[in-house]
Amino acid sequence: MSTLFGENAENFWKMIMFPAFEATFQMVIITTILGTVLGALVAIILVVTNKNGMHPNRIIYKITAFLVNVIRSFPFVILMVFFLPFTKSIMGTSIGVKAAIVPLTISATAFIARLIESAMQEVDPSLIEAMKSFGISDIRLVCGVILSEAAPAIVSGIIVATVAILGSTAMAGTMGAGGIGATAITYGYQSFNYEVMYVIAFILVIFVEVIQGAGDYVYRKMKNSKK
Amino acid sequence: MIEITNLQKTFGELEVLKNISLNIMDHEIYGLVGKSGAGKSTLLRCINGLETYSAGKLLVNGIEIKGLNKKELRLYRKNIGMIFQDFPMLSRKTVYENIAYPMKCWKYGKDDIEKRVKELAGIVGITDKLEQKPDTLSGGQKQRAAIARALSMNPEILLSDEATSALDPVTTKSILDLLKDINEKLGITIIMVTHQMEVVRSVCQKVSLLENGKIVESGDVQELFLKQPEAFRRFLGNEEITSLPEGVNIQIMLRKNDDSGKILSRIAKELQVEYTVCGGKMESYRGENLGDFIINIKNEDAPDVRKFLNHEHAVWHELSGRS
Repeated sequence: MSTLFGENAENFWKMIMFPAFEATFQMVIITTILGTVLGALVAIILVVTNKNGMHPNRIIYKITAFLVNVIRSFPFVILMVFFLPFTKSIMGTSIGVKAAIVPLTISATAFIARLIESAMQEVDPSLIEAMKSFGISDIRLVCGVILSEAAPAIVSGIIVATVAILGSTAMAGTMGAGGIGATAITYGYQSFNYEVMYVIAFILVIFVEVIQGAGDYVYRKMKNSKK
Repeated sequence: MIEITNLQKTFGELEVLKNISLNIMDHEIYGLVGKSGAGKSTLLRCINGLETYSAGKLLVNGIEIKGLNKKELRLYRKNIGMIFQDFPMLSRKTVYENIAYPMKCWKYGKDDIEKRVKELAGIVGITDKLEQKPDTLSGGQKQRAAIARALSMNPEILLSDEATSALDPVTTKSILDLLKDINEKLGITIIMVTHQMEVVRSVCQKVSLLENGKIVESGDVQELFLKQPEAFRRFLGNEEITSLPEGVNIQIMLRKNDDSGKILSRIAKELQVEYTVCGGKMESYRGENLGDFIINIKNEDAPDVRKFLNHEHAVWHELSGRS
């Protein structure tokens, strides 16, 4: 008898699968948004305080870069456990979507910060110099020139990050966050119900394809909107 | 007016600029030439504060650049346009938005911006390209857009850092003509950093030659050409004369508006001296032709020829036999 396509399949989809998708969507979307905002801030700090930046500051740069590297070198599962007390203290719980978002965001921030930083560093230094030669303020230089020029590369970086976050949510799922990953493990792997596992894997592949496709489309739009 | 006195810049041990002194008058086109790494681009960037200097004075209209704070420096830069070798543009914005960008940042009114961009596009000749993205433009068109952008806030001074080095000869000429035009019509002082002698010849009135961070020769372009000081020769690299024939070799300079062009035939007629022409060229300096001949004569004829040339007030140099 099939869980997903048999007589009682409707209930299984309604009770288990759809809520799991919803939890996964929530985690991925919220984490991507928070990670992008915070990651951009960290990236700006890195670019501005870099020794070739607008306000070189060794101490701030080194500390920020070190923190980013530390977070990036933790495997996500370890990071999640490591931050459990912290998560509990700010969210009041250590299970569920709300709790999972904390470590997911911390991990995504570090990842996205590096992606945005490298995208910003790809901007032509000669363009930055030209803009300075017109007496443009530093804030405009960062927000109006560098971020705007780097935007297509930043978008493709965020897409890479979103796919990685999707992967992390599955791991978070095993620690009580719920979501599609947790369903695959609990109702598929641990219940010896491989049909559930394979169907979820297939759906995840489609998710990734959709995310990547949408990202590529936006990237192309931004990159060659030639008239 | 730009007054530079004993300007020095060091990067640790490395002296990038050594005791640079020069004055640039208003409305002039001034060339800074030299090989790569001579310090000319660094000197140029000192003028608009993109680079700092270690010692010495740099006064622009009587104001010391080093003494400006950040905000004053930004205001000061508004008054100085700059163009670059690779004509950097905001790739995601149209040509119109690119030219308008500095004005937008300085909060000019929308109508003023539109009027100014259209006017500038007319001056530089890219009116039909305004709605395109910079990537669709050729190098010369991009440089024109960059010039329009540099002129957008009515600067008194335009700095050009190898602005034609990445362009083909025909485009180079058209950009140089445009710069000369801008200098004449708008009275903007232009300082041109270049390694191309052609640029100096066709637009610059005065020039300083830099070598290893020092000015080795300065002066009026046409005078320097006639005098041909050693450093100038080194830079020009009279490569065509690698070995001169035996005997005495004399380079006679052809000036504008005088009879120096006839001097060769007079040597033949009046001195009855036989010579071999073994080199020579004509070049246009800001539209005027200057040139030189190199002749080879026998040793025994040399005293007469020297005397004759001096008597005629000809500009000439005896070339040492470099072989």
